[in-house]
Parts: sequence; C-alpha cells; structure tokens
Amino acid sequence: MMPELHVSIGRDVMMGLAQAVAAIVLCAAVVALCRWQAVRVEREAAISMARGLVQMVFVGMVLAVLLHGSLMVGSLILLAMMVAAAFTASRRLRGMSGALLLCFWAIAAGAGTVIAAMLATRSLQADIAILVPVGSMIIANAMNACAQAAERFRAEILAHVGQIEAGLSLGAEPAVTVAPYLQSAVYASLLPRLDMLKSLGLVWIPGVMAGMMVSGASPVYAAIYQFVIVAMILAASGITGLVATVLMRSRVFSSAAQLVLRPTEVSTSS
Amino acid sequence: MLETRNLSRRVGPRLLVQEINIQVSAGEILAVVGPSGAGKSSFLRLLNRLDEPTAGTVLLKSTDYHSIVPRELRRRVGMVMQTAFLFPGTVAANISFGPRQRREAMASARITALLERVGLSGFADRDVGHLSGGEAQRVAVARTLANDPEVLLLDEPTSALDESSVRGVEELVQGVVRERRVACVIVTHNREQAARLADRTMVLKAGRMVRIGATGEVLHDA
Repeated sequence: MMPELHVSIGRDVMMGLAQAVAAIVLCAAVVALCRWQAVRVEREAAISMARGLVQMVFVGMVLAVLLHGSLMVGSLILLAMMVAAAFTASRRLRGMSGALLLCFWAIAAGAGTVIAAMLATRSLQADIAILVPVGSMIIANAMNACAQAAERFRAEILAHVGQIEAGLSLGAEPAVTVAPYLQSAVYASLLPRLDMLKSLGLVWIPGVMAGMMVSGASPVYAAIYQFVIVAMILAASGITGLVATVLMRSRVFSSAAQLVLRPTEVSTSS
Repeated sequence: MLETRNLSRRVGPRLLVQEINIQVSAGEILAVVGPSGAGKSSFLRLLNRLDEPTAGTVLLKSTDYHSIVPRELRRRVGMVMQTAFLFPGTVAANISFGPRQRREAMASARITALLERVGLSGFADRDVGHLSGGEAQRVAVARTLANDPEVLLLDEPTSALDESSVRGVEELVQGVVRERRVACVIVTHNREQAARLADRTMVLKAGRMVRIGATGEVLHDA
C-alpha cells in the first residue's frame, strides 16, 4: 500500500511541476510581449515567479508533514502567519514608531476573532488541513485591510493638518478632529472586500468553492460555504481596519493633544 | 494676561524659538514681525500649546499653562489661522463647534449676534463651500469668539485675502479686542498691517526676539 501511495504522490508532484512549467512559459511569453512595448518587468516577474513557486512548494511540504498535526500546531502556524503579515503591513507605516506591534494587534484582533468565531460555530473544522488554508486567507485579507486603512489614515491626516489643528484650537478632543479621516480610511479598506462580496459568483468563483467541488462536495453547499468564508473575510477586515486606525489615532497625538504626525515643512515653518 | 518665560522650541538641531520673554495685557494687540523663517508662527503655536516648548513656559493669568488641561487652555487661548479651515457644513455649525465640544448648546440668537458682529448677518444657514475668502476668514474669527477666549492669536489672518477683505478683517479684530478686552498676538509679514493694528510690535530674527516696543518706534527704527 505505502509504495503505491508514494508512487501516486510522486506522479502528482511531477504532473504539478509540468503544469507549473507550462504556467511559467505562458508568463514568460507575456513578459516578452511587455518588453516588445518597452514595459520592462522581466526581472521582477522572474523573481516573483521563482519566489512564488519556492514558497508554495515549501508550504505544501510543511502541510504534508503537519497534515495530521493538532489544533495547537495549527494555531502556531496561524500565529506565525500573523507576525509575517504584520511585518508586511507595517512597511506601509515606515517612520512610525511601534508600527509593527500596531499592525500585529490589528491583524490578530481581526483575523483571530473571526477564526475563533468560525471554530466556535463549527463553520471551520479544527483540522489543520482546513484550518491553515482558510485561516491564511482571512489573515492575508486582514493584512491588506490593515495596510490600506493605516496608509489611508496617515495620508488623510497629512492632507488635513490645518483642519485638525483648527479643531484642536477650538478645544476639540483629538479623536473628534480626526473622526472623518478614520471613517474614510476604514471604509476605503473595506471597499475591495465589499466588491469581492458583491461580485461573488458573478465575476469569480473563488478557490475554496472550486476545491470543494473538485473533491466531491455538493456545489450548493460549496457555494454557501464560500459565501461564509468571504463574509468572514469582510468581518476580519472590518475589525482589523478599525483596530489599526484606533491604535494609530492614539499615536498621532501627544499626551498634550498635539498633532505629532505632520509634514516636515509644516513643523519647521516660520 | 499672557506672559512667556524663556519660551523656546528646538526641533532636532534647529532652534525655532529662543528664550522669548513677553507680556501682553488685556485689550492690547502685539504684532510679531520678522523675515520668513524667523520663527513667528512657531512662536504663536507655542502660545496655545499646539506645539510643546522644549524650554520655558507660558503663564495665562499668572497660571503656568502646563497645569491647564489642553482643551480648556485652547478654549481660553483662541487661534485663527492663515487659512480659515472651516469644517464642511453650514456657517452656524462651524460657529457652534467650540461650545458643542463642551456639550453646550449655542442659542441661535447668539449665533446671529456673532455673525452680525463679524458683518455676516443672514449667513447662518449658508454652506461654507459657498463663501469668499474674506467671508470664510470672518466665520473663522466668529467661530473662535464663540468660545469666549481671553487671548486671541492670529497667524497671518489676511495673507490670503484681497485688499478690501483685509481692511474688513482688521477692523473686526481691532473692534473685538477693544470690546472684549482680550489680549491679542498677531503674526504678520506686513509691516503696514502691524502699524495699523498693533499697540506694540516684536521683531523676531532666527527665533530670537531682537526688538519689542511701541509699534511706531519699532517700525521706524527697523
């Protein structure tokens, strides 16, 4: 039985690699087409494809080893993913002290709450083979929401220093002076997820549903479950965006209610 | 009313404001003049603690302003900026902004009276998006006055206005300061404006006070 299984896995891997080569050839053709129009993406495309392939093969190998791991192992993998996501999101907040921790708490609050709720309501099985891929989707979207909300919030503050300081000068609480910018930042971070939910089934059939159907699940159940996943992604993104901006709000003002996030030219003008 | 003691601010290696000691009395207008980059606006921002002094302090009616809650301090030390920075909405909503922060309702009669005072009778329900530069700056003054400040800080309040609006805002400021007996500090790059408005004038250069005295004397000697 075991030698047959190994042969079967080996055959699958070889077939996957052949498919990957075909995908790379197609991408290389597109890169060549871009070059013909003087759009130079060959270096970046080569690095991205190489990284993507190596990373996914590595993830596949790790999952193959951990496929029968416990809930604790799954949780640790998700925690590591949240840390990596926080690193990536915090790059959008370069120059802000404590950005990494801020992003981590925001992503952990959003993704962690939703994953825990899904486990509690049995929308997500505590099986590492399901928990990790579904959890990673939620974490990835929380990461994007965190980066988008934080970046937008920072940009809005820098663009409205005058209005914010006018409010402070009239005796307003710092939170009141940035409330419109916090709201627009969270809304902007949710828009891609809202569009995703709106176009579900019309413009795209996401991977989870496709995978469930391939493995023999009822298409109707697969469709409903996919909706649950995307709705949970929206919920995680909303919590993440809110937590990120609220945490950021407390860092852009000093304890004496002074706006400390200001363009350099403003802070040093006459 | 307002006193600074060795007021200084350093940002990195740059000394924006250096050891400034002044007093401004109730009903007095002090103009701050000086070349671009002299630290005029930086000095003004220290007076209502929009920026933190790195040394020295400000006394408001003999009380160190570090012991006053920033929100309360900024209600008492009102500031009108170079640009009006009105909030989206009506003129009335802008004027009642300050009192609303303290959960105080502002009677429409008071809004009407303030608008009348700044020469904008009948503007209460107008959207601020439809105001001219001069009108917007008058609303900004009225909005600050709605907080009943004891000190009025003006940062180049007419630099973006046309000549007729400039005179209107100047008369308004002068009238309000005399009527309400507020202490007023105005930053201006315009020496004629300082001559028209200020009782005393302070000259700043590279963050240092190089001269202070009666406006006529200071501007004549400079």
